[in-house]
This record gives sequence, structure tokens and C-alpha cells, in this order.
Amino acid sequence: MSKSVLYDATRCTGCRACQVACKQWHDLPGRPTENTGTYENPPQLNAYNLTRIRYTELEDNGRLRWIFAKLQCMHCEHPGCVEACIVGALKKQENGVVTYDEAKCIGCRYCQVACPFGIPCFEWDKPVPWIRKCDFCADRLNIDLKPACVTTCPTGALKTGERDDLLLEARERIAAAPAKYYDHIYGEKEVGGTSWLYLSPVSFDELGFADVGTDPVTVNAARAMRLVPPVLLGVAVTMTGIYWLTRRKQKMKQLADEKAKRMAEK
Amino acid sequence: MSGLKRRFPLGLAILTFLVLLGLVPIIIRYVNGLGAISNLSDGRPWGFWISFDLYCGVALAAGGFTLAAWVYLFRREKYHAVARPAILTAFLGYTLVILALLVDLGQPWYIWHAIIYWNIHSPLFEVAICVMTYTVVLALEFSPAVFEALNKSNLPLVRRINWNMPLHVQHAIQIPLVIAGVVLSTLHQSSLGSMLLMMPETLHPIWYTPILPILFFCSAVAVGPAMVIFEANISSMTMRHRLEKDILSGLGRAIPYILGLYLLLKLTDLGARGELSLIFSEYPINLLWWGEITIGVILPIILLSITKIRQNRAGLFWGATLVVAGLIFNRFNVSMFALSMRPGYNYFPHWMEVAISVALVADAMIVIWLSYRLLPISREDMVASEKG
Repeated sequence: MSKSVLYDATRCTGCRACQVACKQWHDLPGRPTENTGTYENPPQLNAYNLTRIRYTELEDNGRLRWIFAKLQCMHCEHPGCVEACIVGALKKQENGVVTYDEAKCIGCRYCQVACPFGIPCFEWDKPVPWIRKCDFCADRLNIDLKPACVTTCPTGALKTGERDDLLLEARERIAAAPAKYYDHIYGEKEVGGTSWLYLSPVSFDELGFADVGTDPVTVNAARAMRLVPPVLLGVAVTMTGIYWLTRRKQKMKQLADEKAKRMAEK
Repeated sequence: MSGLKRRFPLGLAILTFLVLLGLVPIIIRYVNGLGAISNLSDGRPWGFWISFDLYCGVALAAGGFTLAAWVYLFRREKYHAVARPAILTAFLGYTLVILALLVDLGQPWYIWHAIIYWNIHSPLFEVAICVMTYTVVLALEFSPAVFEALNKSNLPLVRRINWNMPLHVQHAIQIPLVIAGVVLSTLHQSSLGSMLLMMPETLHPIWYTPILPILFFCSAVAVGPAMVIFEANISSMTMRHRLEKDILSGLGRAIPYILGLYLLLKLTDLGARGELSLIFSEYPINLLWWGEITIGVILPIILLSITKIRQNRAGLFWGATLVVAGLIFNRFNVSMFALSMRPGYNYFPHWMEVAISVALVADAMIVIWLSYRLLPISREDMVASEKG
């Protein structure tokens, strides 16, 4: 029971209705931005923009070609942020959604550092700041609505469903039109799998997606954390042993000294 | 003593000024948010405070547990005289870490959430619990100095209390305390390394290795005695008390062995991962690696292995200073320079970020200065209080 979204870049027109719907549903304020020389706006994800469309400009047979990519939290199967969070404010729910609980967060920002996709954002301009990231519209899912961005998408570039079903569908789409698609589903295996899945007409490298490998980012840290109890016990026992040995040595020396003293007195 | 009185007001005035200067950005932070006083961003959420105050602060406080273990568990009683200052600076180091976090955290008023909402999978949770507990342990380890001072005090109410009682209690639990301190230090010195294990994609492969926790622990053990030598030299210069030269050069003798092991671990690890060539090919970031290794490992191993240099006051001091500098270099490398940012961002610490860290260090220096004046800390004081 893992909810997923399939994003098909060949169907996206870059209209950014998803960005607007996301802002509306989450009641996020508009913030002035600056023109950076592309159609992209806003230029970065931040606490007030939980999703955005990235416009990649490629040259294709001498013609300019625009390819779009929707960016937001990937809702990993093995999320780095959830493992990192000191107070467990970030949680991987049964339905696959990675939620964030303001009531627990202390604002340490380890989730931001630990995210392999660079997603969680922080309210840098507020005296009482929280972490902000896409929450998969968890409240809408709970009443059987689709996420705001999916509902609003006019071209069908976004599709919700069970992860396994969507993976099948993605493979079918590639098989039906191999010339149209790059033969890879980004998110199927990346960092151990993500809830958001991507289809693209060009390689994901060209689309600016990070090559993050297929191991969950949590593997090594989890291994180190499992060693904590034995290390704790081991060090405690070793140190007590050393203390016992040195004290014994000292006592033996004292006894020997006293004996030598008595012998001398006799 | 007259020298002290003339020398210090100026130094103290400068320190006080730095502390007050640091208060300004702290106030701005609580009114306008972290963005107003720092250059931190979503691309670089952890900056100068985490690298300097947390990563360097905790490592440089390692003198506390290494010396406590050496004196009380290994019973090298010759080193007793430097254990108390080491424990004091360790305690202040940890206090600084906590104070820095009160600025760095988004919700410092909820810092206690770490105690009630456990995420036992988070290396940061381990660090938080160990730092909290170990700060209490250090306070208790240092408490005899305070009780001894109170015992001799002539203040009206204070002198009526029998301060021998808490002293006896402390004495009874001293060894368990020291053992607890070693256990907690081992855990969180290494788990600062585990924290970085969560960044396999962003930390550069020259530094990212599954054995980071072991490397962190090993370098902390090496910098412990180096920091004690460094501080003893500084305090003997400023407080004008006698320097325990043979004790310090004894500590200096241990450093090359620990650093040698550290270097061996680092090179073996790079070799085992098949990435040894990176230290030659990855220009320019390999310069950072060579820098930290040359300054903090190779040079000190050479210098402190030579008996003549080790027994020379300046030689020992500079050897130890190199170890300290190299460790700071290493911690900045792993937590900042070699940790890539989100695309489209850049970071250079804001002057107010630095001002807050400087203010905290100045804070600690004032407390150290006061402690040397009011509490039995140095060898002469301790001898006097034992006789008295």
C-alpha cells in the first residue's frame, strides 16, 4: 500500500499550474523573484515553494528543445531525512508519504543536509522557523482526494496510483513508444526507490537529475548505529577492567613494600 | 600578583567587549530569524556554527576524557596536575556547544524535545544524549574544585555549610564517573562521524568512508593531549604560573603513536576502497586533504618524535598547536569544504556568525580566568588545599 505519482515529462507542457495549486492548497504566500534568464520561476525550491518546474533547454537537430521536470519531495522508500531527524518529526507513513510534525521539530536542519535530492527547506526569514517540504497532500489523501498538483494537471503528465501499478504502466508506456522515451524509470531503484517516478524523453543526466546510486543513503549510518550498544558495553567493561588491574597492581606493590619494610625492621 | 592585577583588566575588557558584541546578532536572530544574521541557506543549512562550535568544539574538548582516563583508570598519577584544567576546559567546551546550538537551532526553546521524542536511529540523537549527559558528568568531575574552594571560603552563609560531605560523595562516585565519561565520549566523538555517513552523495569520496566514526574517535584521542599542552602553555604565559614541562612532554610522547595509527587507518581505508589515487587526481580539492594531513598529522609526528624538540618548551608547544590546527582543518573539510551544496548556492560565513562564535569562546576564556583566580586548579593550589 504505497501511494505514488508518475510524472511523464513527454506530457508536461510547463504550464506550472501544479505550482499554483500547491501554493493554494498549502496557503503559501507569493514572494517576489528575479528574472534569471530562463522561464523558470521561482529559481529554487524554498519554504514558500514546495514544488517547481525546471526548464531544461537542449539543442536537438539544431533546434531548441524544452524539457520539463517537476521537482518536489521524492518521498523515498528509505528516507535519509526520517533516519536523520533527531526527534522523529519526519515519518514514513504506511501509505508511503513522508510527513513532517511541527510539534516535535527543533529546527536542527539535519534533514536538509541528509536529503540526497536537496528538498527540505527552512524558513530563514522567520523568528520561529519550521522545515517545509512537499507533504504529498497527506490531508487530501486521507479523504481520498488526489494531491493538489495531480488534480490540477491539465495534460495528464501526473498520475497517482499504487507504486507497483504505476511502475507497470511506466514500463508499458516505454515499450509502446521506445523512440519517445529514454529507457529508464527514475525513482524505481534510485536510493532504494522513491514514491515519485519519472519518465523522460532524454537521459536523466541531461535533465539535471542527480546520479544518486541505488543504495539507500541510510545504509552506512544504520550500520554504525547498530554498533552503539556493543561499543557502549565493550568500552565500559574494558575501562572497568583496566581500573581493576591498575588498582590490583598498586595494592600488590603496597603489600610488597610493607613486607620489605617489616623484613628490614626485623 | 601585582603583575596579574595590572595585566588583566585590559584583556578582560577586550573579552567583555567581544561577549557584548556577540549579544547583538543573538538579539537580531530572535527578532528577525536566522537569515538576518547568517549566510546560511537551503543550499548550505549547516555552516560555520556546526563546523566550528559543534565539530571542532567537541573534538577539542577531548582532553577531558583522555586525561581523566589516563590519570584515574590507568593511574598515571604524574599527570594529575593537568587533569583538572583539562576537565574544566572540556566542561566549558561542551557548554559552548550547547550555547551555540541555542542560536543555531530553529526552535531552541524545544531543545528538550530531544529528551522526550527519541529517534534511536539518528546519529544526531546519540550525539545529543551523550553531550547532555557528558556535560553533567564533566560538571561532577570538576565539582571537587568548587567544593574545596567553598570549604575554605569565609563568606557568611557559605562557611556554615559542611562542604566535606559533597566532597566525600563525589570521591565515592569518582571512578564510575570517569568510566561513564570515557564511554560517553567514545560514543559521541565517533557518532559525529556517523552523522556524516548519512551524506554518501554529497560528501566527497576522499573523506566519505564507512569508517568515519573510527577516524573521528582516533583523531579526537590524538588532539586531547595536544590541546592540554596547548592550553597549559597559554595559561602559564597569561597566568604566570609554573609550567609542568616534564609532564607535558610526557603527554607529547604519546601523540605520534596515536597520529601514526590515524594516518595508517586513513591510508588503508583509501586503499581498501580503491580510491587512493583520488588524493593525487582530484585537484584542487585534494589540496585540502594534503593540507590537513601535512599540518595535523605528518609534521607533528616528525616534530614530536624528536626528543630534543619535545623537551623544548617552544618545540612542544608548536607541535601541539599543529595537531590542534590540523584537527580544525579536518573537521572543516568534512563538515563544510568537501560537503557539496545544492546547485545554485554559495556560502561564506557572515561576520555575525563568526562574532557569535568568538563571543562564546571569549565567554569561556573569562570563566577560565575567573576559575584560575577563585578555584584550586593549578598544581600549587591543589597542593595548598591538600595541606590546608
